[in-house]
Amino acid sequence: MRVNFTVNGRPQEADDVWEGESLLYVLRERLGLPGSKNACEQGECGSCTVRLDGVPVCSCLVAAGQVEGRDVVTVEGLADYAKQRTEGGCATGACGTSLDAAQQWQAKGTDSQTGEGTELSPIQQAFIDAGAVQCGFCTPGLLVAADELLERNPNPTDADIREGLSGNLCRCTGYEKIMDAVRLAAARQGEAV
Amino acid sequence: MDFLRPASWEEALAAKAEHPTAVPIAGGTDVMVEINFDHRRPEYLLDLNRIGDLYEWEVGEDSVRLGASVPYTKIMENLRAELPGLALASHTVASPQIRNRGGVGGNLGTASPAGDAHPALLAAGAEVEVASAARGTRLIPVDDFYTGVKRNALQPDELIRAVHIKKADGPQQYSKVGTRNAMVIAVCAFGLALHPETRTVRTGIGSAAPTPVRAKAAEEFLNAALEEGGFWDNGKIITPSVAKRFAELCSAACNPIDDVRGTASYRRHAVGVMARRTLTWTWESYRGTRRASEGAA
Ligand SMILES: Cc1cc2nc3c(=O)[nH]c(=O)nc-3n(C[C@H](O)[C@H](O)[C@H](O)COP(=O)(O)OP(=O)(O)OC[C@H]3O[C@@H](n4cnc5c(N)ncnc54)[C@H](O)[C@@H]3O)c2cc1C
Ligand code: FES
Ligand code: FES
Repeated sequence: MRVNFTVNGRPQEADDVWEGESLLYVLRERLGLPGSKNACEQGECGSCTVRLDGVPVCSCLVAAGQVEGRDVVTVEGLADYAKQRTEGGCATGACGTSLDAAQQWQAKGTDSQTGEGTELSPIQQAFIDAGAVQCGFCTPGLLVAADELLERNPNPTDADIREGLSGNLCRCTGYEKIMDAVRLAAARQGEAV
Repeated sequence: MDFLRPASWEEALAAKAEHPTAVPIAGGTDVMVEINFDHRRPEYLLDLNRIGDLYEWEVGEDSVRLGASVPYTKIMENLRAELPGLALASHTVASPQIRNRGGVGGNLGTASPAGDAHPALLAAGAEVEVASAARGTRLIPVDDFYTGVKRNALQPDELIRAVHIKKADGPQQYSKVGTRNAMVIAVCAFGLALHPETRTVRTGIGSAAPTPVRAKAAEEFLNAALEEGGFWDNGKIITPSVAKRFAELCSAACNPIDDVRGTASYRRHAVGVMARRTLTWTWESYRGTRRASEGAA
């Protein structure tokens, strides 16, 4: 079957989709967006987290056909998404992230260590600055979840952060640096206002 | 496989009548796991996401009519006052991502003995509203809904429309044993609701029998003990021997198995502990509100 839906602000069409396929599979294998990771395919790890109509969900547990006509934001579109949020909408009418740009998206820029030279969302920059990325497999899901947490709750307590990220597993960091990153992003967000 | 996408409740019932083997999919948090792991290859998936009615709830005089697909997150955010037991139970389900998708309709559809909604529904008192194109609507008391391990009272052409849950008329609690706070399928669980209006207590036990069950003998014992001692009126602390006997009877209502999450004897023990604790918590809260209302009068 064919599925039409919006990905990172742009309309997309996925063809030859099997009816039992997950949104995660469509994103990775049909649209070439491997940012959302596949670690468990059973909702346990959160590495496949995306926003579906604004709500964080495990894309491995959403059937492809269920997203027809709906709006998905993946980690590849997070920087644009965050930018639009601070700018209060899309002024130019040409916002969002094209499939091409999303497929080639890298947190590299001129300096791959610091992310300098690329447009990163504040939460992405905070993850780099706090050293919250080790192997990086959990990172995309954590970024999407943490970004939504801070959107909903700009001044989270540590308990709020733990709860907000309780659906995302990390095998490397021990979570302390991830906590630091979210606190850092929250503090910077607070200064900016 | 075919993907059916009804746009309305009537269309969904018609589709289910035409294809009784079709597997409804709401949040997909049970269905998709089975498909991803090749445990299930349904001929038809029947998507319920487009049926707006299933995402709505109405707070009535005595009960809440909760649409089958209302996600746990919404229950926690919006119905904590009316349905405190279910809101607490919802909060223990999995993780934010899962709670944003999964709901009580899917929990009832799966009818796992470990489903967290069930003890809360049993304790509060609830009826499941189901419908078919051929026979219209019927209400199934939640006590009769669970018919076996992962089996329920739905006919092949029926869908769950909503759950009618009695609004809390007193304190409710939900307790769950697991290895950590998030992402835990209950080793066992216990729900308790005090109903001061009828001067009764209701319970629900999860993951300690082939189906979710009430501890009816324990309820009867406690109802009688509270009545005899005049506890509802005098608001005294519950006698330790009464609490102890209640806990023993709750343990005795279990019919658990040994499995990877725990042994039968541990489950029986833990249900007793949770019964005693939730009774203490709810009773303290009842005494507190009594004192407050007396103070105000
Ligand atoms: C990682 C993970 C952790 C979990 N942890 C918990 C937990 O802690 N506690 C817990 O209770 N559950 C847990 N679950 C299970 C699941 O999230 C719940 O059972 C949830 O309530 C299912 O709701 P859903 O809408 O996603 O159901 P779906 O997967 O869409 O459907 C579940 C079943 O119900 C049927 N169904 C759905 N809606 C209807 C309807 N309206 N009429 C008739 N049949 C219907 C479906 O056909 C299917 O058989 C977990 C799942 C995952 C993946
Ligand atoms: S891959 Fe979806 S939660 Fe693990
Ligand atoms: S950084 Fe490796 S899993 Fe989190």
